[in-house]
Amino acid sequence: MLGRTIFIDPGRCIGCQACVSACRECDSHRGKSMIHLDYTDEGRTTASLPTVCMHCEDPVAPCAEVCPADAILITADGVVHEADPTRCIGCGNCVNACPFGVPKIDLAAKLQMKCNLCYDRTSYGLAPMCATVCPTGALFYGTVEELQAERPGVDVSTAFTFGATTVSTGVAMVVPPERRAPVPGGLLNLIEVNGRPTPGNGAPA
Amino acid sequence: MTAEHVPLDPSVAPLGTRNFRDAGGLPAAAWRADQTEQTLVPTHCCFCGIQCGMYLRVDGRGKVFGVEPRNHDINRMRLCPKGINAYQQVNHPDRLTAPLMRRDRNQPLREVSWDEALEFTVGQIGRIQREHGRDAFGMLGGASLFSEKTYLVGKFARVALRTRHVDYNGRLCMVSAAGANKLAFGIDRAANPFADILQTDCLLIAGSNVGECFPVLTQYVWGARDRGATLIVVDPRETAVARTADIHVALKSGTDSAFFNAVLQVIVDEGLTDEAFLAANTTGWPEVKAAVKAYPPSRAAGICGVPAEQIVDVARAFGRARRAMGWHARGIEHHTQGVENCLTVINLCTATGNLGRPGAGYGTLTGQGNGQGGREHGQKSDLLPGGRSINDPAHRRQIAAIWGIEEAELPPAGTSMMEMVWQMQRQEIRGLIGVCNNPFVSLPNYAVVKDGYDKLEFHAQFDFFLSETAANAHVVFPVTTWAEDEGVMANAEARVVKHNKAQEPPEGVRTDTWVMCELARRLGVGSKFAFEGSREVFDELRRASAGTVIDYYGITYERLEQTGGLVWPCPGLEHPGTPRLFEDGRSYHPDGKIHLQAVEWHPPADPYDDEFPMTLTTGRTVAHFLSGNQTRRLGALVEQTPRPWVEVHPSQGFRNGEPVRVVTRRGSEVLPALVTEAIRPDHVFVPYHWPYPVAANELTIDALDPRSKIPEYKVCAVRIERARSVDEVPAPPTPPGHEAYPEAQASRTDPLPPTSPQGRGTGERG
Repeated sequence: MLGRTIFIDPGRCIGCQACVSACRECDSHRGKSMIHLDYTDEGRTTASLPTVCMHCEDPVAPCAEVCPADAILITADGVVHEADPTRCIGCGNCVNACPFGVPKIDLAAKLQMKCNLCYDRTSYGLAPMCATVCPTGALFYGTVEELQAERPGVDVSTAFTFGATTVSTGVAMVVPPERRAPVPGGLLNLIEVNGRPTPGNGAPA
Repeated sequence: MTAEHVPLDPSVAPLGTRNFRDAGGLPAAAWRADQTEQTLVPTHCCFCGIQCGMYLRVDGRGKVFGVEPRNHDINRMRLCPKGINAYQQVNHPDRLTAPLMRRDRNQPLREVSWDEALEFTVGQIGRIQREHGRDAFGMLGGASLFSEKTYLVGKFARVALRTRHVDYNGRLCMVSAAGANKLAFGIDRAANPFADILQTDCLLIAGSNVGECFPVLTQYVWGARDRGATLIVVDPRETAVARTADIHVALKSGTDSAFFNAVLQVIVDEGLTDEAFLAANTTGWPEVKAAVKAYPPSRAAGICGVPAEQIVDVARAFGRARRAMGWHARGIEHHTQGVENCLTVINLCTATGNLGRPGAGYGTLTGQGNGQGGREHGQKSDLLPGGRSINDPAHRRQIAAIWGIEEAELPPAGTSMMEMVWQMQRQEIRGLIGVCNNPFVSLPNYAVVKDGYDKLEFHAQFDFFLSETAANAHVVFPVTTWAEDEGVMANAEARVVKHNKAQEPPEGVRTDTWVMCELARRLGVGSKFAFEGSREVFDELRRASAGTVIDYYGITYERLEQTGGLVWPCPGLEHPGTPRLFEDGRSYHPDGKIHLQAVEWHPPADPYDDEFPMTLTTGRTVAHFLSGNQTRRLGALVEQTPRPWVEVHPSQGFRNGEPVRVVTRRGSEVLPALVTEAIRPDHVFVPYHWPYPVAANELTIDALDPRSKIPEYKVCAVRIERARSVDEVPAPPTPPGHEAYPEAQASRTDPLPPTSPQGRGTGERG
């Protein structure tokens, strides 16, 4: 079950991108942000959503499962690390496998990079940079009990369905109570992202 | 592949990451994770009026290289993107490191010695004042300066220049709230601490885009919401905070007082007023009550362009709440009736007895870091230290005694910042020193501002980056950033916090304090400016404020470091400060009453007609700060929001990214359209952080509130047209021979609008 982890609450996100800037300051990949910040309702509202690595748990993280070079290490605490630069061959399998679209590939360097839960901080008991600075608590680091103490009645989910597959994650999403679990990831009719049509839904070939 | 191509040392930037965009003047290739020699210097952010605590990371060579969150009780480690990137200014390649000078504007600026720049400046001050009188030389300060420096600006103008013409850029910011606070309460500050927001049952936010201008304050807003508070947001745009409000009142800009009068009218009608509180603690209630009778919801709905039921809903939510609070910012203050708009919010809080209790009260969100402190100690045209009036003979005598001058030597009140520009146009003011301001971007009606400054025979500017205004000057003095000196600022709660020095300034850079004191010495009044640094100035400021409403006497650097901040009035060294005002119901007027003021709504200054049928409103975006001289140079912030845009409703028929010409009676420019339903169909919005030719303030009107003299930035008449191509964003100015740091400017030429007003999504970046 959940230990100390990140909780994402899009209902609190103001889209300020403090997390994006903070991620650059993380000593794991200084200067490069691993956070995805999307304005999900472009043209209609200012709604926004931060995405960090969900640190999938079950059966093992899909990115690590498909890695042909065994470059993606999962530590005993459940953190799915970014690809070991001495093993990664930059093939991009992990990018294709990730159901949340998290890893990035630097094509020139042939290296994968992604959120490692600020391992340089969390392994010493500090919170990740993004959740430390988030002005609104849209990214919260702690235990579910700490979260619920601060936000009475809040509910979270760590299960996401993609078609017939359910992925459970180490990072949790705050959900309305009626959506307790699992969150329908792949069942959403994804016709556009940030106001732009997706492949198969009107995107130019 | 050899071993040197695959670094196994985890403290070295990995291969492939070495060309990453700037991480604070530190190329990634030179980065080392081994920071065992680093020290953390506790301080606060240089930017907005929240004043979040932060640590600056200083390396073994004594240079600032990063930021670390700090668990200060204002922000609890939270920071916004501006705060996170703030440290990158300190060792930025664009920093000015030598005085710049030219004898006339046809020559380029060139680097000169400090002695030459100071001598030339003193010579020009002398010549202009000899030939045209002392008042022909003016001074303009700023509210991002430490309080010590704002005190020095006022003293320097009155004692060294002996001119009446001194004012500051808070005139563009906080003066309407200040005027209303003084009229109603006799004290000019927010009445409650931020922490009170967590205890309220109904939070009214009027004219503040909290999520973008004060992101860290959002934690208090959401905290109130978590605990069941009703959230009401009054704003023509559906901002990030308005989006999830219980009631979002998307009224027409420039109709606030009609709206709040109508809300109060419903509250009176439904018997939701606190008559006992009103009878015991106020004057003017019968007049206010009579005045709001003329604003039934049906009439206000027509003026404001909102449903009448919404006015009733707001009145009931606010009036029935056990504890309610009203917080406002520039949205209701930047108007020709800015003071009156604030008064209508004060009337609402007072009439419902919502003052002086936890969770019940009133506040104004100051924009600049020292927006509160900057208006307290004498750089405002009519004020002396401690908020004393320069028109009051007793106050004049007190300050003259502290400054060691005759009362008769103290000049009379001057004029406001915009009025001073008009005086420059008329050559009543022929010389000017500007400290910590950038009016070429921040003042309205750019054409007038440029003309006024161009007519100056002599103009000197203090700054650490070459601002658009400084680039037009005769002399530019390179001064310190906030991380290279110590001093205090007062945040939006009137909490005085201490900023600490994290590194020595670069070679060739001096503190503003040193420059003002050295100029004073050369002007022959050095004995009155014998200050070693901020600490000595602060001790004089404390004494000069003792016994006034704005009493700093009990605040010392040592106490600030022990406590993390003290809220004035703090009259004694044992005094705990005063976080919440009016706990006994008494105001700071001699009679102890709250002086309620009746307000009549009037339309904005710029009339609508067939040619200019729509409303232009202006404001900020989260990645940039005020005139942008700081933030337009920081790579991450430029990447987030590279350029300005014009926000239009889909009903106007434009496509996203399409070039749109925005035309007012004062100017026109072409910006890409950000088409969104989150704005009223009859309004367009342009953010104001960029300079000519993409300056929002080329379009805005230089009409002033008659009392506060604040310009009407938030509303003017406009039309929009299809255009061919968007106007390009110029690079920030740099001294001759220097290029604006290219790493930070990479995204600036993006012709598209951001994905959302908060910036470009990470997926939309090149």
